[in-house]
Amino acid sequence: MKDHAALSEEFNIDEPRVNWHDETLWLIRQKRDKAVHGIPEWEWLRETASQVKNNVLSNLSAYLEQFEANALANGVFVHWAADANEHNEIIHSILRKHQVERMVKSKSMLTEECHLNDYLTENGIEVIDSDLGERIVQLGNEHPSHIVLPCIHKKKEEIGDLFHKYLGTAAGESDPQILTEAARQHLRETFLTRKVALTGVNFAVAETGEFVVCTNEGNADMGAHLADVHIASMGIEKIIPERKHLGVFLRLLTRSATGQPITTYSSHFKSPRQGQEMHIVLVDNGRSRQLGRENFRNSLKCIRCGSCMNTCPVYRRSGGHSYHSVISGPIGSILAPNLDMKEFADLPFASTLCGSCSNVCPVKIDIHNQLYKWRQVLVKEGYVSNTKAISMKTMTWVISFPALFAFAGKTGRWAMKNLPFLVNNKLNPWYKAREMPVPPKESFRDWYVKNRGQK
Amino acid sequence: MSSREKILALVKANQPSLTSLPSLDIPVDVHLDLVENFTFIATNIGSRVMEVSGFDEIKETIAKLFLPGRIVSSFPELADIAEIQLTDPDPHSLANVNLAVLGAELGVSENGALWLSENNMMQRVLPFICQHLALVVNKKSIVANMHEAYRVLGNNNPGFGAFIAGPSKTADIEQSLVLGAHGPRSMTVFLI
Repeated sequence: MKDHAALSEEFNIDEPRVNWHDETLWLIRQKRDKAVHGIPEWEWLRETASQVKNNVLSNLSAYLEQFEANALANGVFVHWAADANEHNEIIHSILRKHQVERMVKSKSMLTEECHLNDYLTENGIEVIDSDLGERIVQLGNEHPSHIVLPCIHKKKEEIGDLFHKYLGTAAGESDPQILTEAARQHLRETFLTRKVALTGVNFAVAETGEFVVCTNEGNADMGAHLADVHIASMGIEKIIPERKHLGVFLRLLTRSATGQPITTYSSHFKSPRQGQEMHIVLVDNGRSRQLGRENFRNSLKCIRCGSCMNTCPVYRRSGGHSYHSVISGPIGSILAPNLDMKEFADLPFASTLCGSCSNVCPVKIDIHNQLYKWRQVLVKEGYVSNTKAISMKTMTWVISFPALFAFAGKTGRWAMKNLPFLVNNKLNPWYKAREMPVPPKESFRDWYVKNRGQK
Repeated sequence: MSSREKILALVKANQPSLTSLPSLDIPVDVHLDLVENFTFIATNIGSRVMEVSGFDEIKETIAKLFLPGRIVSSFPELADIAEIQLTDPDPHSLANVNLAVLGAELGVSENGALWLSENNMMQRVLPFICQHLALVVNKKSIVANMHEAYRVLGNNNPGFGAFIAGPSKTADIEQSLVLGAHGPRSMTVFLI
């Protein structure tokens, strides 16, 4: 299993491409800034959203029960899934009940988290993702590399090749307008022929039992309103208390995500249309455990805008796939270790801790603090590599003996000056991609003893 | 124990002590010409906004921009150019609609979105499946922001409703904006 460092190294082979990836995401970050500056009460919105989410987390069990009762009263079937597998089984059972072997799906990072597509495919069910970016990565047999912009890592020529192979566009065609039109025709046919549609959930309102799905393309609506059965998968943290709180979150979401004032479609589903069946699957999959981790529970406030990724200097230059986790970037790096500490132990270290992620977060999650705290937990629990663990242990030992520390410093300075190859070589991970500093003539300690020590 | 009980018990055991909900009183005043700002923002996100005196003017515009093709509308005033009653309840029967003309209950000045509830949709899929969408809204129904919108709407949602802000769009291919992803290729707002 390759870790973040090894995977970023692969991504970094093509430097112009890395620069392009970096610049594209930075452009989106700038659009976010422009949108934010047009709202004088922006900081009030962030603070209010953060407090609403604090309240949600502190009263989640009651809100879930309230939401369930209202959804049932609205004529919706409500299911509860403790983990990914149970979620997938529930979806499969609904498909089996309706004897359906083909489903159309709107973007849902939760179904990615549960690996629903793989599960259904293994059970002989065809799933077509209808968000254009998701359809592109699906055709390319890849996973999204970004939660809002699933194929941000792909060049239009590569997309053209995929469409030529699967959708019959002309060879070499890479015009976004023409490619989008081809996808429109292909997916329209899909929407019109599928009896079951699955969507994600952006927000669910405890007070009314309705849920809101936000898209720019309208794919969730095309799927849901044409299908006989609409299934919505939602993480249990998506609840908000009252309908009026939607005003706060809808103002924050897209401005943070892409710099748009609002998504093109913010659809409020409350009850099935005449003759239709509507299901909601409430999924835990580790969320209740994260709720109990005091230092990390704030990560459950996330509304999945992706702004922390767009601003992250590491994400922009290492690509989403280097995080080998469904949710990449800074927020993903604090969510993933909750699911599996061993598998994702490298991710909290894939950060400069610069704090840019926390600064743009619309719900004020202290992302960089949590990354720092995860590092400590992971080291303590023994989940970091031997190199890192041994060098940290050695360092602890050295600095606990002042004389040894002074000797080591002196030796180090001498070696850097007289035998630079001992330090400046491939075996020293710190040397990689860094110029080593010129060693000072004397240590701070020596300087202090000489200049201040006598007084 | 069922998964429901298990999840609720875990959540209850792990949730922190109760904190209160914040007030939603915005700390700033909104001093904007609501209609002017709505028009500016809506145009920026790809809508065509037209102030009209009445349905005769709407009809003229439709004749100029959208004919020929199937037109469906919830307005009896448009009976001579549009189907104002849908006989087939199957949403698939709307796949060939060129233009839908529907009434929006309110517009939001800060983001150019319009609220459309199921009561005015004829069929839920109609504003999404048509090639072009036109929404008619009263100028007096433009509110300042989303907080105002929800204050006016209250908890009123018959079963389905949506804020619609412009034509269907995508920028998934190298961030190039393309209008007309799956839904309407254009959006016209008639301010009446």
